Amino acid sequence: MPLHAAASDLYQVTFSSRPYFSMSSIISISGVTKTYATGFKALKEINLDIERGEIFALLGPNGAGKTTLISIVCGIVNRSSGSVTVDGHDISRDYRAARSLIGLVPQELTIDAFETVWATVNYSRGLFGKPPNKDFVEKVLRDLSLWEKKDSKAITLSGGMKRRLMIAKALSHEPRVLFLDEPTAGVDVELRQDMWAMVRRLREDGVTIILTTHYIEEAEAMADRVGVINKGEIILVEGKAELMRKLGRKQMRLELRAPLAALPESLSRYALELSGDGNQLTYTYDNQSDRPGVASLIRDLEAAGVQFRDLDTKNSSLEEIFVSLLRQEP
Amino acid sequence: MNLRAAPNLRAVWAIYRVEMARAFRTVLQSIISPVISTSLYFVVFGSAIGSRINEIDGIAYGAFIVPGLMMLSLLTQSISNASFAIYFPKFVGSIYELLSAPVSYLEIIIAYVGGAATKSIMLGLIILATASLFVPLRIEHPFWMIAFLVLTAVTFSLFGFIIGIWAKTFEQLQLVPLLIVTPLTFLGGSFYSIHMLPGIWKTITLFNPVVYLISGFRWSFYGKADVSVGVSLGMTLVFLAICVAIVAWIFKTGYRLRN
Repeated sequence: MPLHAAASDLYQVTFSSRPYFSMSSIISISGVTKTYATGFKALKEINLDIERGEIFALLGPNGAGKTTLISIVCGIVNRSSGSVTVDGHDISRDYRAARSLIGLVPQELTIDAFETVWATVNYSRGLFGKPPNKDFVEKVLRDLSLWEKKDSKAITLSGGMKRRLMIAKALSHEPRVLFLDEPTAGVDVELRQDMWAMVRRLREDGVTIILTTHYIEEAEAMADRVGVINKGEIILVEGKAELMRKLGRKQMRLELRAPLAALPESLSRYALELSGDGNQLTYTYDNQSDRPGVASLIRDLEAAGVQFRDLDTKNSSLEEIFVSLLRQEP
Repeated sequence: MNLRAAPNLRAVWAIYRVEMARAFRTVLQSIISPVISTSLYFVVFGSAIGSRINEIDGIAYGAFIVPGLMMLSLLTQSISNASFAIYFPKFVGSIYELLSAPVSYLEIIIAYVGGAATKSIMLGLIILATASLFVPLRIEHPFWMIAFLVLTAVTFSLFGFIIGIWAKTFEQLQLVPLLIVTPLTFLGGSFYSIHMLPGIWKTITLFNPVVYLISGFRWSFYGKADVSVGVSLGMTLVFLAICVAIVAWIFKTGYRLRN
């Protein structure tokens, strides 16, 4: 697909259900729906493949179905229809094999408050059927800066430490796929940076990571691919870079030497925006449009005798892309 | 069957250990308090009132109430242990981990019910030991005594597990033990023989399932029963079967767990 493909092409990216087993995808979700007893349709026909070893960000507003989808893959919620395989193992027929590959860090801090850190993490390992391995559990705790707290009860830990303890539990059984549901909600900047570093380390070890977030910067900083879910439907799946390239818009701002009362007629084809005080011109363009380029604008400005002191350009963030995507949804 | 589908015994052991650890962590609540309350029963019923009551079925009153007291604790503790064990993770949300783990429903049941039943059996034996300090005891059918003890503990732990899954609030969690089980136990012949009841009440009492448990259990001690032992055993097994059926349905449908 050429880079200049029309934005509308994105919406035609549909994911037909795949009867065959794709070697590269570690999770294959096809035709999954979820209707709650109340009649609420949380998921409508989800088809999604997660590639082996990638960091996949599932973006969506609150209530879009992110947590429901994760919960189905992890076995916490029963689906209404459809099928899911994890590394080729059906999550119903072969649930032991499927689930033992998965580690889950849920959104809420839910830990048995009266157990020690050490007991809690070893319990998780046992629950997933792994033989005791003190060295491995020690390494996980050290990596997450929890080793000093190993004999403390969970109730005495700070919020950030509790979050790390949840991660330690999820990693205790050496999962090949890690789900992080809103990993940095309510987490301070420092811990967030640590967490991102940890996620990258895990990926280097070959762990596939799926994170949900409604913080776009999180997806922007970490993800290889981005999926957008809204009202129970996946509306888009794209590589992050392509997504930014295709849907991203650029803006150039010019600080003028002298205020302009009105735009010169010769510049009308650029649809420039002039700030209220006449000191600033903004030109918005995107990569796939056939609007004239920046170079010709600058030439025409010079010809029209408009002089500028400074200019800067910026790419729109995923957040802006996301907002515009949701707006275009019927 | 491939290796990966093998039972996850490590998970059973992990859950069981956590459940037992909780009992030892709260040793005051789970062991000392029943010992104290049993001692109080003996002081009040055994000595103060019991000294004025004749023997029942040829058994001194203080000794007569021992099996009933054990059953009383066994029933209430089995239910509260098991219901709390599964309700608490549901309440705080940590149940996600159990549901996402490669464990079967059967393994979950064995671990939780096994933990709860172990605790209440230990408790029953502690009460028995405490009682032996107050009254002379004899156990005519030790095998059946243990059999009734285990069967009752397992059945009511299973019942408690069901309540724990059903309950949406702490109030509901207390409701069944408080409103149904305790009255049934008190009226089930813990402190008297149902032959002592006047006509119609004797018949009504026969609808109380706890009567059969206590009667059978007392028989294993003193060889005397209100109803035949076979009926007692049969009723216990029927109740066990009902609980197993309900649990099977819960797990089949994911009722209040995976929905």
